[in-house]
Order: sequence, then structure tokens, then C-alpha cells
Amino acid sequence: MGKNRECAESCIDYLALALVHHYRTQGQGPSLQAALDAVGERTGRQLAERYARDRPPLLDQLEAVKFVCKEFWGEVFRKAVDNLRTNHRGTFVLRDTQFRWLVRLAQNQMPAQVGQPLPAPLSKADLAADFLVLPCALVRGALAQLGWDVAVTADATSLPQVDFTLVIRQQPQR
Amino acid sequence: MEMINAEIFTLTYGSMVRQLIADHEDVEEVNAQLDKMGFSIGQRLIDEYLAKSKTQRCSDFRETADRIAKVGFKMFLNTTATVANWNAEGTECSLILEDNPLTDFVELPEQLGALKYSNLLCGVIRGALEMVNMDVECAFVRDVLRGDDVYEIRLKLLSSSTEAYPFKDDD
Repeated sequence: MGKNRECAESCIDYLALALVHHYRTQGQGPSLQAALDAVGERTGRQLAERYARDRPPLLDQLEAVKFVCKEFWGEVFRKAVDNLRTNHRGTFVLRDTQFRWLVRLAQNQMPAQVGQPLPAPLSKADLAADFLVLPCALVRGALAQLGWDVAVTADATSLPQVDFTLVIRQQPQR
Repeated sequence: MEMINAEIFTLTYGSMVRQLIADHEDVEEVNAQLDKMGFSIGQRLIDEYLAKSKTQRCSDFRETADRIAKVGFKMFLNTTATVANWNAEGTECSLILEDNPLTDFVELPEQLGALKYSNLLCGVIRGALEMVNMDVECAFVRDVLRGDDVYEIRLKLLSSSTEAYPFKDDD
């Protein structure tokens, strides 16, 4: 069932862009942050479930984070993380020097809807903040699926480089 | 085209549909939002299609439908559709999909019988064609998730203004 099926890489870009655009312009319902958190976390869990299906549980912090840096990042963001640092007390910083989702997305914006005025241009930082909600939630969901409760934030002040900070809040129950 | 494992796209789409269902009480509103999101995707996707498909300008609506089915679906979703059920005037046809990547891993519960799960696709087609000055209606009339044996998208040309086509022949 669809296991080795492929689609164009741009499909996921269009979808991520449409999601941000939808929740940015939606006058009612959940905030962009809340909605994309939920969408990404569910997807991250499902992906991690698939990628980690045939491996033993990752009970060591570093092993779990390495799985995210290599396998998860490689599949979802199309390259491995470039640099991993840790304070050895549950905080990890993952640096991606060419974060693929923003490289492509930040260059393009939705066209104006016909008959509506052009939206005001957004600063690069605002644009990045909205586009980072989904990737952060994907990573959080993946680790949640592996049993780790982790807070994920991202810093995109030096685009296209993005630093993801993972703070582990709770170990899996053994 | 750069290709990726479709799983990430399919699962994100599914998660998005779930979110829209949570956001809106009315399933019809979910269908409308999917169509609207697709429309703005289509408006952008047409650029990539025109840049990368290396096809010539379509001479009529029959050719347009054929390109969507054979080139468009192939480029983006790595699947193809069959064009069928033309009306006599050549302004209405169906795109038949036996295989729809959006619905891998999906089963609809009974209470979502009115959900047009893949409605984004109709919006994409409408949005893309609008950018080349073709005004169309586009709707799912058969859906495997709702018990049919194939997916069928009905496509109806409302108007087109080829004069305003944004490309000169010598481009």
C-alpha cells in the first residue's frame, strides 16, 4: 500500500504554503500556531511510527535525537542535520545550514486572490516564524511517538540556516 | 522534477483534512475550504508546470484535458488519469483516476459520507486553468472512499479567452 510511491517534492511545499496561508487568513477557528501544531504532531507521529517500525525502542536520549537528525531529517527534510550540539542535560541544538523547506518557501509567496488587494509584504522573520511551526511540530511528534516528551523551537535569524532547539522534558517510562 | 517519498505528503494532507474537520462543523464547509486551498495552489503550480513540462500550447479543451490527465498528474502525483465521457460539444469530460495517492492509508467513517476527501485536486485544476484564462467547473462525481470503483472528476469548460493567453507564439 503506497509504500514506495513517489510524488514531486514541490507537492509538500505547496501544501505547507497553503496551510500557512489558510490559517493566516482565517478569521475564526484555531490560531495558526494551534492548528499547525496539531497537523504536524499527528504527521510526525505517523512518520516516526513507520520509520522506526523495525528497530528496538530508543531508550537513550542521544540515540533518539540521532535518529531524528539522520533518518527522520533525511526523509522529511531531504538531508541530514549538519551539526548537533548538546549540554548533556537534555538540551540539543540541531543546525541545518540549508533548511530545505524554507529555502524554497521563503522565496515564494502566494499570489493575491483575484479581486482582493495584495497582502502587505511580510518581513523575513515573520514569514519564517509561521513556516517553522509545522516543521517543529513534525519533530516533536516524531519524538513523542518514540516516547520522548520534547519542546521544540526554531531560530531562523540567519536563513537559510535554521537552528532547532530540543529540550527534553520527560524520559520514556521503562 | 525532484521526487520524494509520497508518504510525507499523503500523511500531511490527511492530518490537514482532520484539522479542517475539527475546525468546521459542516462537512460541506470542509469541502469548500479544500477546494479553496487547492485553487491557490493551482495558481502557483501552473508556473512550475509550464516551466518544466516542456509541452506546447494546447490548441483546444480536449488537448488541455489530456495534458492534465497524462502530464500534470504524472509530474506532480506520479499517477495518470484517463479522459472519458466527452459531451458532444467537447466542453465537458471526466478525468478517471484508478489510483489516487492522496487516499493511501485512508478510510472514511460513515458519518463523513459527505466529505469530498480529495477535493483539493479540483481546486488545483481550477486554479491552474484560471491562470491560462480558462474558467472551469470541477467536481468529484465518483470516489473510491465513498464506495465507487474509481475516482471521477467532472470537468466543465465555462469560458476561455485564448486571445489573452499570456504567451506569444514566438516565446
